[in-house]
Amino acid sequence: MKKKSNKTFISNLITYAMVIIAFVVIFIMQENKMLSYSAKQLLVPVCVWIVMAISLNLTVGISGELSLGHAGFMCVGAFVGAVLTIICKKSIENEALRLILAMLTAGVAAGLTGVIVGVPVLRLRGDYLAIVTLAFGEIIRNVLNLVYVGMDMETGALAFGFNNPSLPGKLIVNGPQGVQGITRISTFTMGFALIIFALIVVLNMTNSRAGRAMMALRDNRIAAESVGISATKYKLMAFVTSAALAGMAGALYAMNYSTVTGAKFKFDTSILVLVFVVLGGIGNIRGSIIAATVLTILPEMLREFSDYRMLIYAIVLIVVMLATNSPAFKQFFDVVKEKMIGLFAKKNGEGDAANE
Amino acid sequence: MIRVSFLSNLINGISLGSVYAIIALGYTMVYGIAKMLNFAHGDVIMIGAYISFCVTQYLGLPAWVSVLASMLVCTLLGMTIERLAYKPLRSAPSLAVLITAIGMSYFLQNIAQLIWSANPKSFTSVVAFEPLRLFGGKLIITDEAIVTVLVCVVIMICLTLFTEKTKMGKAMRAVSEDKGAAQLMGINVNMTISVTFAIGSALAAIAGVLLCSSYPALMPTTGSMPGIKAFTAAVFGGIGSIPGAMLGGILLGIIEILGKSYISTELGDAIVFAILIILLLVKPTGLLGKKVNEKV
Repeated sequence: MKKKSNKTFISNLITYAMVIIAFVVIFIMQENKMLSYSAKQLLVPVCVWIVMAISLNLTVGISGELSLGHAGFMCVGAFVGAVLTIICKKSIENEALRLILAMLTAGVAAGLTGVIVGVPVLRLRGDYLAIVTLAFGEIIRNVLNLVYVGMDMETGALAFGFNNPSLPGKLIVNGPQGVQGITRISTFTMGFALIIFALIVVLNMTNSRAGRAMMALRDNRIAAESVGISATKYKLMAFVTSAALAGMAGALYAMNYSTVTGAKFKFDTSILVLVFVVLGGIGNIRGSIIAATVLTILPEMLREFSDYRMLIYAIVLIVVMLATNSPAFKQFFDVVKEKMIGLFAKKNGEGDAANE
Repeated sequence: MIRVSFLSNLINGISLGSVYAIIALGYTMVYGIAKMLNFAHGDVIMIGAYISFCVTQYLGLPAWVSVLASMLVCTLLGMTIERLAYKPLRSAPSLAVLITAIGMSYFLQNIAQLIWSANPKSFTSVVAFEPLRLFGGKLIITDEAIVTVLVCVVIMICLTLFTEKTKMGKAMRAVSEDKGAAQLMGINVNMTISVTFAIGSALAAIAGVLLCSSYPALMPTTGSMPGIKAFTAAVFGGIGSIPGAMLGGILLGIIEILGKSYISTELGDAIVFAILIILLLVKPTGLLGKKVNEKV
């Protein structure tokens, strides 16, 4: 027992060290102006997708429930966070403080949505659960497309409308056009802080009594319930935590752009995050981080192939899945895989060296 | 007057629902046999529609030839996808197969974008006869709607006969019940799965042509939303069940069109999904799904 907990401790330590080293290296590079413009644009999105992948891994990997609606929670977080920063623009001068406040509120809002969605959804099993999370994700997005919020610029008075854009004041939430006029206050440092926060929450939860209960339920629900573990309680705990973290990531994402629309959080986005989780290894947090980083950077690196880049992305996805899961392909691709890892290590510098 | 407009909406709903039902059949058959969600199915629809478009537009051949050609291409496509991407993963965890299917879906969309560009093509309807006018011209039933519903009924009858009466159909039912036992009885499991994919993809081609006949904008992403809706329909009816897919598809189409015309255009999809959620909470296996008891 003791040996095993030591092993988890070291493994977690490696994960933290990897993130911190990557941050320090990139931060120094940024300070010394060694990063290109397009690389700088990628910093915050990479952080956002890492947090999304970590949070989804809690539901899919640790709790064992396939969720296809994770982008819905991100959407809630993005909208709530963006609106809050616009409202507080005058009252809170400090940008970092405003961002933290927005992320916390977004997390709470997304967590509450998680409770509303989770209570009915978690009664279902397997593929039925998957389709219902998909359905909820689409409903959240559809409903947010009809929300209008007007704000009086002088008094700060708010007016809410559902499917009714004729509101007093300036429209800050404008239905399908989303939230407009966001100050871009997301920073790489804040993104890093959020990753560390998500890591602390998820890793500690996994290694706690609650986490062990979740994994027991995942591995054998009937056996776990028969020793008195409440399935609803622990599954809901994982689901809501995951939703709250996704909401915080959503807020960080929204504050990286001047506008945010519901169309950015379609079903495809949920799938994208799921791809990170599965490629990184289900239940493996470190894998999620690496997969999210590589797969966010990969389409940008392939930009020179323009038309072909999403095609290459699709092929990479299929080939990696076949290579890691099919016994026949496994042997053949072992050689190719080694070469690819070598290639990435060269291009990403020290950030990736820590992975191996 | 109100009654006539309701009737016309209902007919549109049944017509759209028939398309969903045909697509859902592909989902449900593949799920029943291979226990996988074939996310690329929606994109096979799109490829089918493009093939039909090319055959009529560039080769100038009659519409029925184009339908046959698109069925042929999609059948081959479906079987190739199964052979290359899904067969090696037969013993892999279901999530791995799901991601591969998603990768396949991206792949097909991007191939289509490279070949036919992202600009929408205007699809010419494959049926061209006079629409039916009832009540002195107040109620117009389009020729597309009539053909769609008829095709759907024919497919349903053929498929039921096929699964009930033929040897292959029997093999399919056996494989979906118990793969191992079926193999022991001398059924060629790989062949059966291949045939299932072939049938599902041929149906997808028909659905693609019918869908684009009614809604003519053809793009590389045309198939994805109907694909998700049809998947919802398959779950609605009880995934794995063929009559369930038909029922679920038609109900979903009706709910969508009625919801869009009487409640809110923007909320049409949300209403469909909300009804799905309510149904699954009341009856967790869908309308006609079988309840599988868990063994301890």
